Amino acid sequence: MATGAVGAVGAAAVAWPLINQLNPDASTLALASIEFNLTGIEEGQAVTIMWRGLPVFVRHRTPAEIEEARAVPLADLKDPETDEQRTQEGHEQWLIMIANCTHLGCVPVGQSGDFDGWFCPCHGSHYDTAGRIRKGPAPKNLVLPPYNFVSDTLVQIG
Amino acid sequence: MSEHSTYQPGTGVEKWLDERLPVVRFAKEHLMDFPTPKNLNYFWTFGAILAIMLVVQIVTGIILAMHYTPNIAMAFNSVEHIRRDVNGGRIIQATHAVGASMFFAALYIHMGRNLYFGSYKAPREILYIIGVLIFILVMATAFMGYVLPWGQMSFWAATVITNIFAAIPVVGNPILELLRGGFAVDNPTLNRFFSLHYLLPFVVAALVALHIWALHVPGNNNPTGVDVKSSRDTVPFHPYYTMKDLFAIVVFAIPFAWFVFFIPDILGHPDNYVMANSQVTPAHIVPEWYFLPFYAILRAIDFNILFIDSRLGGVIFFAGSIVILLFVPWLDRSPVRSGTFRPLFKWFYWLFIINFLALAYLGAAPAEGIYVVLAKITTFYYFFYFLVVLPFLPMFEKPRPLPTSISESVLGKALP
Repeated sequence: MATGAVGAVGAAAVAWPLINQLNPDASTLALASIEFNLTGIEEGQAVTIMWRGLPVFVRHRTPAEIEEARAVPLADLKDPETDEQRTQEGHEQWLIMIANCTHLGCVPVGQSGDFDGWFCPCHGSHYDTAGRIRKGPAPKNLVLPPYNFVSDTLVQIG
Repeated sequence: MSEHSTYQPGTGVEKWLDERLPVVRFAKEHLMDFPTPKNLNYFWTFGAILAIMLVVQIVTGIILAMHYTPNIAMAFNSVEHIRRDVNGGRIIQATHAVGASMFFAALYIHMGRNLYFGSYKAPREILYIIGVLIFILVMATAFMGYVLPWGQMSFWAATVITNIFAAIPVVGNPILELLRGGFAVDNPTLNRFFSLHYLLPFVVAALVALHIWALHVPGNNNPTGVDVKSSRDTVPFHPYYTMKDLFAIVVFAIPFAWFVFFIPDILGHPDNYVMANSQVTPAHIVPEWYFLPFYAILRAIDFNILFIDSRLGGVIFFAGSIVILLFVPWLDRSPVRSGTFRPLFKWFYWLFIINFLALAYLGAAPAEGIYVVLAKITTFYYFFYFLVVLPFLPMFEKPRPLPTSISESVLGKALP
């Protein structure tokens, strides 16, 4: 019994490094934070940038798009969040989100879908102009990365 | 089954070997003299076809690995290098890629045969379960192989399929990062997929050995589903079935060769000739045709079920559609093996086959409009067949009388 228990602990101790090597390595973890200059992005335009190997949407929303997002009652949402919760105060025109659909990770197509936000071509999820899931199989709103505005035109992600 | 063997070591060398390692005796018993029902039809040749396909994939795969580079900067170009520069590489790469499709075509026919003739029923449950495990491993191997050329479809297939694990509550995201070796599909993912894609076919080969072992304990099922009663019901495997299998393999090789020689890319997707780009998903992504039915089930669940969100729901149904196969021997309550003698079962069976093909069609269709509704209906029938038809149909069905023996069924047809 005791021999068996010690043997099991030993086997687990050997197995763990063999499994742990699969986890993200030091070079992957090192790419934690980037700075991005917003000056080139016109109103109504969106760009995709890379952060930690993930694509990130940066969208300069028009007043009409912001208005459209704010007009939606929370009861209509699958994953209720207000537009204010999805942006930072004083920078409401900037919507910054990880660009992977929360269903299975495809990159949705911008300025399309039934709600003028994004449409994921893989399995048909529709997001609105605040990146919130409105229709289709995705369970959550597009994920917000941690970010803060260094100045009005410079944002640090991560 | 040694009682079936007529092996007598002829020479002194054979006798010496037989007393130490009886490989010749083993081969004679299992590859030549093995008693096999005399009424097997051509659906029974797909086992041999699959064994040959596994060999074809392993041989071409080992050759491709000699020229392929598992690095995100070079993988795509190294596959093009194989197709353009390596001597005969065009044919070898095409054989491997088309071979995967032909492998699945044979696999689905083999499994369809099994479901119709009730080959999964006692005493062949273990044989059948090993077969399902082989199917699961072959799917995993094919998926990882598809990622290796590092085209757009490769990348997004890897993203979507690894994301399936993120749907698992609590541990989903750590598992996702563990599988990918990063926050997104990247070089570590490609490297490990290459390693596993090389390993798994040999695991499959080991399971095939167990599959054949488990086959040779009860022996083959047959189209009547009636047990072998006497030696009059059987013929030796060689030469009767070695020749029949060989003929079937040759016929099977004709469309295989036609694809390889003339339209090697028709079964693939043009987007996979665009190098992987993690910023842009192709407008319409579809898996390889052999995954389409299961893909359709995955995306048919676009609604929440109680506390289970739509994504986890889709994954549960997707996994369930494969795991349910493991329980079929106990779900089917009918004592009659062969569908030939089950008048009602036949209808449900053929509807299941049509339904499965419809699922494949819907898996490739865009996720909108009528297709979404049809995907739900076909997903429902897929599970209805296993969970309702198989267990409960025998209560209402009166099977036709079975022949008393295989010989009687064969001779009864031949005589006026």
